[in-house]
Amino acid sequence: MADTKTVAPKEGALERSWNWLTETQIWKSVFRHNAPITDRNRVLVVLSNVFLHLHPVRLRKSGVRLRYTWCMGGLSFFLFLTLTFTGVLLMFYYRPTLEYAYTDIVGLREHVPLGIMREMHRWGAHAMVITVWLHMFRVFMTGSYKPPREFNWNVGVIMLVLTLLLSFTGYLLPWDQLAIWAITVGSNMARATPFLGYEGPGASLLALGDVQLIHAADDARFALLGGTFVGEGALLRFYVLHCVGLPLAIAVLMAVHFWRVRKDGGISGPL
Amino acid sequence: MNAIKEFFNFFADPRVFFLLTTGAFVFAVWRRDLFVKPSVGYGLQIFLALFFGLGLLDENFRLIIGKPDNVPIVGLIFLLLFFTWYSMRQAVLNDQRIAKGEPVEEKVEEDRVWVWPDLVYVELICLVLCSVALIVWSIVLKAPLEQPANAAATPNPSKAPWYFLGLQEMLVYFDPWLAGVVLPSLIIVGLMAIPYIDTNPKGNGYYTFKERKAEITIFLFGFVVLWSSLIVLGTFLRGPNWNFFGPFEYWDIHKLEALTNVNLSEYIWLRGLGVGMPSHWLIRELPGILIVLFYVFGLPVVFARTVFKRYYEKLGPTRFYVTAFLFLSMLSLPVKMLARWLFNLKYVVAIGELFFNI
Ligand code: HEM
Repeated sequence: MADTKTVAPKEGALERSWNWLTETQIWKSVFRHNAPITDRNRVLVVLSNVFLHLHPVRLRKSGVRLRYTWCMGGLSFFLFLTLTFTGVLLMFYYRPTLEYAYTDIVGLREHVPLGIMREMHRWGAHAMVITVWLHMFRVFMTGSYKPPREFNWNVGVIMLVLTLLLSFTGYLLPWDQLAIWAITVGSNMARATPFLGYEGPGASLLALGDVQLIHAADDARFALLGGTFVGEGALLRFYVLHCVGLPLAIAVLMAVHFWRVRKDGGISGPL
Repeated sequence: MNAIKEFFNFFADPRVFFLLTTGAFVFAVWRRDLFVKPSVGYGLQIFLALFFGLGLLDENFRLIIGKPDNVPIVGLIFLLLFFTWYSMRQAVLNDQRIAKGEPVEEKVEEDRVWVWPDLVYVELICLVLCSVALIVWSIVLKAPLEQPANAAATPNPSKAPWYFLGLQEMLVYFDPWLAGVVLPSLIIVGLMAIPYIDTNPKGNGYYTFKERKAEITIFLFGFVVLWSSLIVLGTFLRGPNWNFFGPFEYWDIHKLEALTNVNLSEYIWLRGLGVGMPSHWLIRELPGILIVLFYVFGLPVVFARTVFKRYYEKLGPTRFYVTAFLFLSMLSLPVKMLARWLFNLKYVVAIGELFFNI
């Protein structure tokens, strides 16, 4: 108690090394400002960091509240990043051919000690579908699709569809009974596309004389599966879409989405 | 115990289940002052938790709930109920403020805060909690892997991934071209059209119900009652041959369900007029075609002239007819369901020759 006289600031070893570190050229080349404890530096930290720059510098208090946004958009994005990361790791182990697909998954299960990448990828995907729905639900309930945010709502709807398609294409890859039959049931619908599916209404009208233009080997379902049933072609198609096509598309749209959130005046609030 | 199980099995019958969900929904919107009470909100969560917790004692229940891919849907039920309750609660609280002439909650919190640290901390906490939840989930529950793919052995039932089970459930009432292609496309188009057909400037950026009664009621009906509850139904209550099974019922492959569905044309030509089926499909299906044409093109006009005149004047013809078309498309599902349950109606229009059945 009596010792509290020693109030003069004394630099500990930790503090000294911190000061030294933040003065080095390397540190300064990375961080161009001091710790964000003053207003000026709080602005700088957001402006000089490309990731934080997704945010504005300041935003309305209600927009920070979980009560308002439920953080569902943020979680969707975070889950997407998690899925990208775990997905890339899975790609090291998985080959999309009839010969290897199933056994590679068995291998992941049996031979990778403590492996939870597949679990994280699968449950993360389910979770992302749910968070995206709830995000849409929140945006609706706060009326945030109203002007000026109509366009961003539309970007969102397309991303919702892409999220479902990503999940759907991924479902096939383990190549077990669950996978091919779920995809068979799902893709059978395409057979009934009006005009473009060979069992769809109107398809029989598309004929040149006696020659049917739409048949099982060239209709909408064939385009989806690369074959008349869920086989080798479908596996490759779904793999490429799942690992390259759809993620790229959704990533681009996310960039647009976040940009527009800011350009439309930040998180919505009463006028 | 068995009596209780029988009781729940009864409520899970598609007809009872759907009517009950709709009833609960109507009650929640109509008596929202009661629905949004904390005791009701927490009570519902506790009831659900008890239902699933105690249900797990039953073997059949465990089999269907415990399927790894079904676990997320159990979570979805809790989350969806919670967030429906929660957003309605926020809305009702704000409505009370508006009624008293006070600014809404979001208006009170209008002043600006710094992104660093105020927002990044919230994000960080969400992110950490979410990661922990995901990792624990991944450790506890193994991802499923069944027998290798075999095109010759069709499992019974074959189910689409869970988020499409609402569509698969629609196949009971509509043919694939409608249930699998046209209606899903209309859902997407309808969602995208929302900002352009809803011209109500109020309720932008805060929770409210009173200022957006029709919009919120329609959306909740589509999202919670049609889309989500049909997913739950399709996942948990449909077994072999897409027959209905209560949550505590054994999935018996040989369960027989009487299929006595009748087309509208049979009702009219055979049972009504007793003259036998006309040979040309156009005449045979004419009554059905007229009904469908009236539903799609006539009803909106009737609406515009009578009950929804006010909306017609507010929205103008284009917006009104687009809205009416989308709304009627959405309602076509419950309409067809009721027709099936009440009259065993199979198809309104049945032109098998062209794969054109409605
Ligand atoms: C892949 C999925 C998506 C991601 C990663 C995403 C991400 C985000 C994020 C981070 C925000 C900021 C506010 C918040 O967190 O709530 C946001 C806002 C918004 N999102 Fe999304 N979103 C997705 C899908 C959707 C969907 C499906 C819709 C609608 C159909 C939508 C419509 C909007 C709108 C209108 C805003 C502005 C809300 C406001 O200003 O209050 N988004 N999104």
